[in-house]
Amino acid sequence: MDRRSVLKVAGAVTAAATALVALPRVAFAAYSDNAFKQKAGADALQNAFGASATTPSDQVKLKAPDIAENGAVVPVEVETDMEAESIAILIKENPSPLALTADIPAGTKALVKTRCRMGKTTQVTAVVKSGGKLYTASKEVKVTIGGCGG
Amino acid sequence: MSSIRIKAKDRKGLVDVKCLMKHDMETGLRKDKSGKKIPEHWIQDVTAEANGQVVFSCAFNTSISKDPYLAFAFAGKKGDSLKISWKDNTGATDSAETKVK
Repeated sequence: MDRRSVLKVAGAVTAAATALVALPRVAFAAYSDNAFKQKAGADALQNAFGASATTPSDQVKLKAPDIAENGAVVPVEVETDMEAESIAILIKENPSPLALTADIPAGTKALVKTRCRMGKTTQVTAVVKSGGKLYTASKEVKVTIGGCGG
Repeated sequence: MSSIRIKAKDRKGLVDVKCLMKHDMETGLRKDKSGKKIPEHWIQDVTAEANGQVVFSCAFNTSISKDPYLAFAFAGKKGDSLKISWKDNTGATDSAETKVK
């Protein structure tokens, strides 16, 4: 192999590697074990959003019940008027706290409603990524019957 | 029939979407009667496209309830075609399409 083709191959390999590294950032709402299997909320955020420093903000609205009779189905709603890039829901006491990440493209309202499982009474945190920073709102949900099985 | 039920309604330029997906969402922590762990089986990715453009996408963990419910809203109008699809950890996928009302 002459020098030219060696360089070509090397270039292609570098390009492929760059593409692989860049991929999670382009489609960061896509599921990744790195973020979702973390045992600590801060690590999960770091791997999902590349930042773990959060600021509480009253512009992040989190709706969840005070007392959930059934931990298997707890309605959770996150909404904000900020220009959000993505939204996440953290359930602190669950085996893996990060429950959901959502990608909000321009034109889509920063709003997510879903139903979560909660193992026991826990703090629920809504995280909104806006302008590269993370803003949060938290609430404690009392769970009478856990919903994680086991 | 598809495993996804979608309701999409135009409310003054913002389309309210509600959808229900039929899925076991096994956490991998539950045990069956003989004490063996039931393997994890859950939806990992959900994507919504309106007229071919991604308007919402999200990733679920096992801590989302069985038969997941998801609601969101995007800028659109009556008549837009909306497609929602999911993919689970075994690689299975399903999708459903509807017109915005």
